[in-house]
Amino acid sequence: MIELRGLTKRYGEKLAVDDLTFAVRPGIITGFLGPNGAGKSTTMRMILGLDSPTSGDVHIDGKHYDQLQEPLHHIGALLEAKGVHGGRRARDHLLCLAQSNGIPPRRVGEVLEMVGLSAVAGKRPKGFSLGMGQRLGIAAALLGDPDILMFDEPVNGLDPEGIHWIRTLMQRLASEGRTVFVSSHLMSEMALTAEHLVVIGQGKLLADTSMSAFIAENSHTYVRIRTPEPERMRDVLTAQGFRLSAGEGGAIEVEGDNAERLGELAAAERLVLHELSPQRASLEEAFMQLTAQAVEYHAHAGPEGAPQPAQPPAQPAQPAWGEEWNQRRAGGQGRTSEED
Amino acid sequence: MAHTSRVLKSEWTKVRSVRSTVWTLALALVVTVGLGALICLLTNNEYDDMSAHDKMTFDATFVSFAGMGLGQLAMIAFGVLVVSAEYSTGMIRNSLAAVPQRGVFLLCKVIVVGLLVLLVGMVTSFVTFFLGQSLLGDHGVSIGDHGVLRAVLGGGLYMTLIALFAVGVAFILRSPLLTFGILMPWFFLIANILGEVNATKKIAQYLPDQAGQTVMTVVQESLDRPYGPWQGLLIMVAWTVAALVAGFAVLKRRDA
Repeated sequence: MIELRGLTKRYGEKLAVDDLTFAVRPGIITGFLGPNGAGKSTTMRMILGLDSPTSGDVHIDGKHYDQLQEPLHHIGALLEAKGVHGGRRARDHLLCLAQSNGIPPRRVGEVLEMVGLSAVAGKRPKGFSLGMGQRLGIAAALLGDPDILMFDEPVNGLDPEGIHWIRTLMQRLASEGRTVFVSSHLMSEMALTAEHLVVIGQGKLLADTSMSAFIAENSHTYVRIRTPEPERMRDVLTAQGFRLSAGEGGAIEVEGDNAERLGELAAAERLVLHELSPQRASLEEAFMQLTAQAVEYHAHAGPEGAPQPAQPPAQPAQPAWGEEWNQRRAGGQGRTSEED
Repeated sequence: MAHTSRVLKSEWTKVRSVRSTVWTLALALVVTVGLGALICLLTNNEYDDMSAHDKMTFDATFVSFAGMGLGQLAMIAFGVLVVSAEYSTGMIRNSLAAVPQRGVFLLCKVIVVGLLVLLVGMVTSFVTFFLGQSLLGDHGVSIGDHGVLRAVLGGGLYMTLIALFAVGVAFILRSPLLTFGILMPWFFLIANILGEVNATKKIAQYLPDQAGQTVMTVVQESLDRPYGPWQGLLIMVAWTVAALVAGFAVLKRRDA
């Protein structure tokens, strides 16, 4: 269990992480989603006690990180593919980490076996591919057989086989009852792996919800209707108070997900239906919608701190999503190492 | 205590598992011994042409340590690499995630590095001394002569302290490039120049290397310092402790 309370990190004028409060629960994969520069890596470094928060705190199994005598037994983390001395053999890299936490040396061989690196145990990681480096990092995370695993952008730059391997591994770890906390800027990736979602933008918490609830809340759900008598259908639906819009190829799109009621209505009015299908936006679309809202806000609402335009329910604080990313693109300055 | 001994073991694994350890320490030994031997050989040949004053202040022990000025650079390189490689490779994040007690982490690194360089430094110092004296022939001194054993032991301590000083500075500066860029020219050139120029001599003699090397002298006049050999070493110890304390403050306070 990882608990964040009011976690905040400020670099000079800039708030990299802004008052984050959430908990990561065991037994499921929790996705930590946000565009590049949203503060995901900074948050993860604070969880590990590497960066100290400006205010707020983090508890791992109820303790501060530096109160853990053998932290690798509690939490294993993959922060970045680098983080390994290129000239130190894979086996020795793991051995020195194991020794510092009183983990028996034979465990080094076991984790190397688990990640499929046994053949290169005696090689120096200098010559490792990105995927091999990632596997070595994961081997280090698994050393202490921890209950909590934290992976920062684990699939970045991996080939399809590597991506599949990491997904399967995370699912297995979660099914063993462990807490798995994984960050990504790719919504499609999260859709395939995560059961719970924590979304941040510009360091602020945007959502802390189950995957399905997130989609329901943030995406447009509608029912598509095709009928040979669209005019009469529209009249009937409007009379019932439904909100309609025109879909592709003469289809009618009815807001909401009440397909049963629409079918019953059509039957009562003796309307022929060619299609009656509930449509639900994917996670990707939901995520894009958040981005789009932020961009819209940014264009119309002026300077930061201005009152927010209409927001979806249950999300009081909606910052300019992707704003920083845009600035970064334009200016090319700032702490680039933070999220890359 | 159990915790500290685990971290010590881990730091020892780190040190022994990279090639730079072997080549920097081997270089320190070879350069110090080799250059010292060469200078002893030349000195022996030229001794008769030396001025009366030079003969008066001739310090056979100190002459045999003439290679240390260059050999210490390899010791410094070792001290710098042990620390700054953690930062340049990003290993520091793994290290501190495994050992979040930063004081214990630094202490264990200092102990492991200190013991290793003490061993290599002592071997270097004794080999340098005995080889040098044999090449000085009639002008050489014996280990049993007054102050000589202290000077030879001091040579080993000097090398240990210079490496630990580099460790402290590397914890402050983190970047290998920056640390090398400052320490190498400093100890190779600047400190020596400051020590030779009359205007700066009075202050420069309190710099870590200038003060520390008095412990390797037997004839006081050869360096002409206002403090004795052990006091000189003590000044160097103070510098080293200061560098390590500052390094710890940076490690403790800054984000990794």
